[in-house]
Formats: sequence, C-alpha cells, structure tokens
Amino acid sequence: MRRLYPHPYLSLTLFAVWLLLVNGYALGSLVFAAILATIIPLLTSAYWPNRMEVRNLPAIIGYILLVIWDIIVANVVVAKIVLFKPNSQLQPAWVTIPIDLRSPEAITLLAGTITLTPGTVTSDISACGRSLLVHCLHAPDPDAVRDEIKTRYEARLKRIFR
Amino acid sequence: MTLVTEILISVLLVVAGIFGIVGSFGLLKLPDPMTRLHAPTKATTIGIGGVLIASMLYFGLVADSFSWHEILISLFLFLTAPITANFIAKAHLHREVPVSELPPTGTDRAWATYDHDIAETAPNRNL
Amino acid sequence: MIELALTFAFSCFGLALLFNLWRIVSAPGVPDRVLALDTMVINMIALLVLYGIRQGTGVNFEAALLFAMTGFVSTVAYCKFMLRGYIIE
Repeated sequence: MRRLYPHPYLSLTLFAVWLLLVNGYALGSLVFAAILATIIPLLTSAYWPNRMEVRNLPAIIGYILLVIWDIIVANVVVAKIVLFKPNSQLQPAWVTIPIDLRSPEAITLLAGTITLTPGTVTSDISACGRSLLVHCLHAPDPDAVRDEIKTRYEARLKRIFR
Repeated sequence: MTLVTEILISVLLVVAGIFGIVGSFGLLKLPDPMTRLHAPTKATTIGIGGVLIASMLYFGLVADSFSWHEILISLFLFLTAPITANFIAKAHLHREVPVSELPPTGTDRAWATYDHDIAETAPNRNL
Repeated sequence: MIELALTFAFSCFGLALLFNLWRIVSAPGVPDRVLALDTMVINMIALLVLYGIRQGTGVNFEAALLFAMTGFVSTVAYCKFMLRGYIIE
C-alpha cells in the first residue's frame, strides 16, 4: 500500500482535482480519477524525494480560516490606502524577517501567506534560506510588521510543520 | 429566499467590481514599481474571488446547474498569485534595484537574487 | 437586480482592463508591463465568468481555467527571461 501510494495527500488532491475538472461523480470519472491518483505520484516520485510531514489537522484548518480572514481585511486596508492616501504620505519599507522554519514547504507557505496578507509582498529569500525580504506598502513601524508576521503566522506554521 | 440570494449575489458582484477596479487603479496611481506590485496582487484576488463566489451561488441557487469549476479556478488563482508576485519582485530587484538599497539579510549569505553561486549551495533540507 | 449588478461589475472590470492597457503603454520598466499583463489576465478571467453568468451557461469556465493557466505560465516565463536571459535551463 505504501509503495503504491508514496504520497497519499498528493493522490487525494489529484483525485479531488480530477473530479472538480470533470464536474461530476459518474462511475467512469471516479475510476479514471483513481487511476490518475495512482499513476501520477508513481511517475513523478523522483521529484518528491521527501514525504511531507504534516500533523495537527485542527491547526491547519484554523490557519486557513485565519489567512482567509486576513486576506479580506488586507484587501480593505490596501484599497483604502490606494484610494484615499496621497502618494506623498506613503511610507514603503523593506523588512528583513529572520525565519526559524526549515522545511522548504513551510517557508513557501509562509512566503505565500505574507504576499496575500496586509500590504506586504515577499520579494526574496536569503541564499541560505534563513531570512525573507518583505516589502511593505505602508509601514510607519517596520519592526511591528516583522513581529506581527513572526507571532501571527510563523508561530502557527511551526506547530503544523515539524 | 430568492430575494435574499439575489441581494447576496448582487452585493458580491458589486464589491468584486469595486475591488477589481481599485486594484487596477492602484497600478496606475502608486508611485514606484514595488508599491505598484501590492495593488493588483491583493485587490484583484478578492475581486475575482467575489465574482467566482457570486457565479457559484448563481448557478447553484438561481440557475440550478451547480458547477465545481469555480472552486478550481479560485484555488488556482490563489495559489499562483503569490508566485507571480514573487517572480515579478525578483525580476524588478534584479533589473533595477542595487543591492545597497536593501536591508542586510542578517545571515552570512546575500539575498538569493544577488547571490551568483546559488546553484552549488541552494537552500535544502540539510540546513 | 442581478442584471444591474452584472452591468456594474462588467463596467468596473472593463475600466480596469483599460487602466491596465494604459499602464502597459506608459510603464517605466519591463517588470511593470509584465505586472500589468498579469493583472489584465486576472481581469479577463473575471469578465469571462461574468459573461458566463449573463449567458447562464457554464461553458466559459473551461476557457477561464485555461486562461488562468496560460496567464500564469506566461508571466513566469517572462520573469524567468528577465532574471536569467533564457527560459528553459
């Protein structure tokens, strides 16, 4: 079983995505989805050397809900800045964020979250993968931004990823 | 029931339209390339998210032909928006920003865009 | 009421497309143009979905999905080209 499905989450995702693509759950598409979910992880297993280690499902769901809420808030904040703040009052800033996460998946997730949330865009990572370069649209206090990202997102991600 | 759904769909469409236009307006209004990156990556994601949710509600509740494709489209857009933003930021850094304008990394290596022997020592699991 | 909201959303995204076009024409640098093109793709997807709602058909979703994919791939290819000078390594 383990050899047939080396990446169970990937297989489940492929199954779900195929059903979403054909837009139905007729028997034929279920069978084909199962075939795809078996074959694709086997064929591409060379590109997935490590199994992703995830634990703590409630924490994942909580994180997703938190990020969705933050995206909505971020949109309102950015829209307000774009519409009502004159360019001369804008205080863009570069912020360096040291990261304690080590697994590439966790860092990618953190970078994506930062890009999707309030007025911050991840621009680069240091060559050794230990700090992120973040650009803030309007940050009178760059240190506060760094602390918020570390406590709000990174601490939660640390609990999800080993 | 139908009135409530109609109001909900209309509100979603109007909000999505406003956010969509704000995102593109920010592209014109904001002063320099890095700040311009903020407006479209955020405002348009919720703009298109609102349109897709409205479409799902419409086809599920009004037209009675529910479809799952909207979920797929919105998932795809939400996954790819940070990646494109990151790529554009890197391209901009590479072309126009001297390394002296950026804050220090706080580690012993430079930012990846400026680190030219990255190929041999790419960040990996063994750190 | 949905008709009115649809018309409003149509005009918003149409105007957004015009803004993007203006940005492409008058951008100070190439990354700005790529960003404007990327935003244009997203606005175009929104217009496709809105058109689907107005017509009451789901046929446009495949088109929107393909548009999203080609848009993403082309943006990444442009950026890769700007970063490295070639696309496939």
